[in-house]
Amino acid sequence: MTLDPKDRTIVEATQAGLPLVPTPFAVVAENLGLTEADLIGRLQRLKELGVIRRIGAAPNHYRLGMNANGMTVWDVDDAAVDDLGEKVGALPFVTHCYRRPRAMPDWPYNLFAMVHGETREEVMAKQAEIASLLADACRASDVLFSTRILKKTGMRLRGKEA
Amino acid sequence: MTLKLSELDRTLINRLQDDLPLVPHPFSALAGELGLSEEDVVGRIRRLRDDGLLTRFGPFFDAEALGGAFCLCAMAVPVERFEEVLTKVNAYPEVAHNYERSHRLNMWFVLATESQAAISATAAQIERDTGLKVLLFPKEREFFIGFRVNA
Repeated sequence: MTLDPKDRTIVEATQAGLPLVPTPFAVVAENLGLTEADLIGRLQRLKELGVIRRIGAAPNHYRLGMNANGMTVWDVDDAAVDDLGEKVGALPFVTHCYRRPRAMPDWPYNLFAMVHGETREEVMAKQAEIASLLADACRASDVLFSTRILKKTGMRLRGKEA
Repeated sequence: MTLKLSELDRTLINRLQDDLPLVPHPFSALAGELGLSEEDVVGRIRRLRDDGLLTRFGPFFDAEALGGAFCLCAMAVPVERFEEVLTKVNAYPEVAHNYERSHRLNMWFVLATESQAAISATAAQIERDTGLKVLLFPKEREFFIGFRVNA
């Protein structure tokens, strides 16, 4: 990974968002003292490196009526978890899917799949779909609904002086 | 609250989950597709953002590819100590997100630090501060997601 100081400046200048104008890159470039072509070229390179996943907007689940958010967790056979994780991630209603270590004896689950829905019942119906996909490879499972957002900050790259 | 959205707003919300082209006029193709002017498209997106239906517009970064370390953590906080522990935990700038969840492990947060070593050090400091155990659930593998919100 090679982010030079100019790349870092670009990341810091755009992580809060781009201006909503017809030519957003020209505006940002001018603020940073770059040409529009130089800025676009550097953003293109960051995309090829995987630093930028995409340029767009994210919908607000809650405002679109998806008020239930369940973290479904599964104790899946280690030999099968990677194959099954791919299948769970591909389900149309799973928004994040990760393999994580267990923390015995407190926590036997190694597969985490986030599910959003309009109601808890809808999330639980989706949980049942995941359970039938995992079938015998799954020994135990649970769903943890979020009851309160306690803190939410963007994960920001901090300036060197911070 | 479920809002009444126009067909056009729905289309915009859905299309903005795709990747816009890195060109001087990134909204131009979308405007053509919808039969609108670029100004109209930008104005509508701005309104959707101001109304809170869209979160920020811009590049979505892979936080790990930027450098730094991240780790999901959980704590079992006794109900009577919840607010006190919450104040202590949220005071750490390394705590990026924090959610209360319905489980014995009722506090789930993400630590974001400059290095892997700082993750363990911060978790240990939170344990000393609160007298409670911090369980660490680092990501071992991320599975590909095909999810889209259908507005």
